[in-house]
Amino acid sequence: MIGTLESRIPSGPLDKKWSSYKDHARLVSPANRRKLDVIVVGSGLAGGSAAATLGEQGYNVKCFCFQDSPRRAHSIAAQGGINAAKNYQNDGDSVFRLFYDTIKGGDFRSREANVYRLAEVSNSIIDQCVEQGVPFAREYGGLLANRSFGGAQVSRTFYARGQTGQQLLLGCYQALCRQIAAGTVKMFPHTEMLDVVLVDGHAKGIITRNLETGDIHAHASDAVVLATGGYGNVFYLSTNARGSNVTATYRAYRKGALFANPCYTQIHPTCIPVSGQHQSKLTLMSESLRNDGRVWVPNKQGDTRSPEQIPEEERDYYLERKYPSFGNLAPRDISSRSAKEACDDGRGVGPGGRGVFLDFADAINRLGETTIRERYGNLFDIYEKITGEDAYNRPMRIYPAVHYTMGGLWVDYNLMSNVPGLHVIGEANFSDHGANRLGASALMQGLADGYFVLPYTLPTYLAGQIGKRPTVDHPEFHKAETGVRERISKMIGVNGTRSVDSFHRELGLLLWDKCGMARNAAGLREALRKIPEIRGRFWREVRVPGSGEEFNQSLERAGRVADYLEFAELMCTDALERDESCGGHFREEHQTPDGEALRDDVNFASAFAWEFQGNGTIAPPKLHREPLEFETLELAQRSYK
Amino acid sequence: MNFKLRVWRQKTGAAKGKLADYPANDVSPDTSFLEMLDLVNDRLIEGGEEPIAFESDCREGICGTCCLTINGEAHGPDHPGAACQLYMRRFKEGETITVEPFRAKPFRFVKDLVVNRSALDRIVQAGGFVSARSGSAPEANSIPVPKQNADRAMEAAACIGCGACAAACPNASAMLFTSAKVSHLALLPQGDPERTNRVLNMVSVMDEEGFGNCTNTYECEAVCPAEISASFIAKLNREYAVATLRKKLGG
Ligand SMILES: Cc1cc2nc3c(=O)[nH]c(=O)nc-3n(C[C@H](O)[C@H](O)[C@H](O)COP(=O)(O)OP(=O)(O)OC[C@H]3O[C@@H](n4cnc5c(N)ncnc54)[C@H](O)[C@@H]3O)c2cc1C
Repeated sequence: MIGTLESRIPSGPLDKKWSSYKDHARLVSPANRRKLDVIVVGSGLAGGSAAATLGEQGYNVKCFCFQDSPRRAHSIAAQGGINAAKNYQNDGDSVFRLFYDTIKGGDFRSREANVYRLAEVSNSIIDQCVEQGVPFAREYGGLLANRSFGGAQVSRTFYARGQTGQQLLLGCYQALCRQIAAGTVKMFPHTEMLDVVLVDGHAKGIITRNLETGDIHAHASDAVVLATGGYGNVFYLSTNARGSNVTATYRAYRKGALFANPCYTQIHPTCIPVSGQHQSKLTLMSESLRNDGRVWVPNKQGDTRSPEQIPEEERDYYLERKYPSFGNLAPRDISSRSAKEACDDGRGVGPGGRGVFLDFADAINRLGETTIRERYGNLFDIYEKITGEDAYNRPMRIYPAVHYTMGGLWVDYNLMSNVPGLHVIGEANFSDHGANRLGASALMQGLADGYFVLPYTLPTYLAGQIGKRPTVDHPEFHKAETGVRERISKMIGVNGTRSVDSFHRELGLLLWDKCGMARNAAGLREALRKIPEIRGRFWREVRVPGSGEEFNQSLERAGRVADYLEFAELMCTDALERDESCGGHFREEHQTPDGEALRDDVNFASAFAWEFQGNGTIAPPKLHREPLEFETLELAQRSYK
Repeated sequence: MNFKLRVWRQKTGAAKGKLADYPANDVSPDTSFLEMLDLVNDRLIEGGEEPIAFESDCREGICGTCCLTINGEAHGPDHPGAACQLYMRRFKEGETITVEPFRAKPFRFVKDLVVNRSALDRIVQAGGFVSARSGSAPEANSIPVPKQNADRAMEAAACIGCGACAAACPNASAMLFTSAKVSHLALLPQGDPERTNRVLNMVSVMDEEGFGNCTNTYECEAVCPAEISASFIAKLNREYAVATLRKKLGG
């Protein structure tokens, strides 16, 4: 293995670790910063905030994204909000409580020190964003408003209508624009990273393809930061943007970076149900809806009456029934599984019986339609556009959908992978959410990593690297570039009969079935048999029209799907190896008598970090375990009853 | 449902383009417009032809990637909304649907239905930001902002940067886009210190990029998927006039 699997958590009491780290961390002088080049791949909340901040600090930054503008990163689509421990509502919130909720929400499968730091810097994020002009919702007195969000008993979520991700990303994009204008950041839109280059075991550059011209280009740097988002689209259907993909992190994995907990995926409970084969993505209905909507299914199986004809006593408000203290706000994994259970039990509603009601009738009676319209108007509009139904007059139909991936490249406390110089931030790393992420915490993590953590931790690496940057004439760059070119020719050369998307869809269905909301050993073994078959057929039957020297979307997708076809195997291997249930990873063999996830802390209180094996071919990956030590919190059975 | 598509095909900016006809048959009314194009593309690929290039990402109307002119209207007939939020049930059975890219001189042509809108990024780079160094911000609640100002700022900030305004404008004006950013930041106390230079610099880059003038046709407002109001253009003009005056007086 390259590097080490050392978490590098600073010593000392939990609440002093980060401040003492900052007090003693190595610095790079302003004169030397000018001599250091940093590559940031990704311009979402994590990459955008990191690139802007590092540029501001005086490093030479190159930032890459595959969209035509950095403002279009997938982060733009986040709706509900961002958490911070401000306690503006005077409802008992604190840094410790946010830390505790995040660890518990993650089902005790994340690192205490990282999560505590996240909670600690959360307040600075809000300050920073307000200063940038992010128009957060405000109260009549002019102060910031908050709402509560899935899985929290305090109101700590800041929001900008239903477009929080958009507004945070635009704040960050504008900060990035300021640096682009200042010349500290050079932006490469419509450019996809296809490989990372290691020189003497250190990440020292990347290979990219210009999506408009097809030009392949090598870029050398002193450090590489991946902020390339999650891999939820491995399931084909998900709430992620169409372009979101695993290529950057998977290519880094093939070069030796460890991939941690790939089986931890989050299935979001409130999405518009699948309506047919043509569908290209699933649409999230923000979880904030659960603050006012009540989730129910009919008591009776196969009840096809329209909802208003089902009397109150024949309805099962199952979340309120099963989790009286959290009710409709139960965490995502739990809410999703409960919906699946109700539908498996034959009580689902809508086409195919794969849906549950989210009903606003009570809230409309209590607060009036105007208030509901003010709170959720845009979501109700989206719902109507997609389904043609009016949710003010009849309950919405919702069903869980793949939404977020907690797994990602393994990183230490510095957010550096085991490959020296390769840093990973945002959804692309595995660090903070354990086996389940709480609502409104991904935006928080992305911005924490980019604005407030990486700018302090990256110098500890860079301080020792001054003058060591190779040039792109180094043989490793040639080798990587040749590899990229060969792979492109190979994909085009297959010249088969099937579209890339058809393989992606096939893989997605298999994973949703075998490695989705519930998993078991037999199903996972079956998936592990079938994935290589699909992959084999892909390389024999795929058709990628056109050439590599032009704007070619089939080629872009072919590369991503080829990586998914390998990555899927890693994900199932991890799910099989983790022979316990925790958070979003529900192994049917391991449940409590009332059907809740049953952890096995003796054998599995660790992060699984996988090492790629094999030389070009794919051999079973090698497992490294990082034990999770809980010094402050006691490992407890998670209960939301 | 069945449709006849007339789609703009053009290999590169230098090549000649033309409208080509494709059938889009057996499409469910619940299919989105882009999913319908996916379907057509799948069939083209399997039939050995080149698929139609068009871009999209979020497919829920917020990223601003899709840039289609459908039957002559930016984003098609279902306003407000981006092309990705348009569903086939909006069309008549058998209808002929013409699909072209957003056209405006500053949008560099890439391929078929794809254009490059980095000119809009350059307008923002000219000053569409608050210079707030990471870590230097005061406590968030130290400056209260009246709710109506915050709400109004949000209405302007909702712009998704798709460029439909410029594509729909007979003069290819980007005034709605620029005014949204200028207004958003001018409405907030944090944006105030840089207000004068911001508006002057953004307007000047807007002109340099080749976007035209506003002649009050309001086509921009009509097609805007984020419902940005043309009243922000009036605000931009005011901001610009005041800034020019201030510059003159203050040097
Ligand atoms: C519909 C939806 C709603 C959500 N709502 C919320 C919410 O309310 N609150 C919350 O906290 N979280 C929410 N989330 C989750 C959250 O939005 C994401 O986890 C987060 O935005 C990820 O940010 P990121 O910066 O890590 O990655 P992304 O925003 O995904 O950015 C990835 C970047 O990497 C670039 N990239 C990727 N691969 C390559 C490559 N190979 N080469 C070059 N560039 C590349 C992309 O171009 C992009 O710029 C939501 C997610 C979804 C899907």
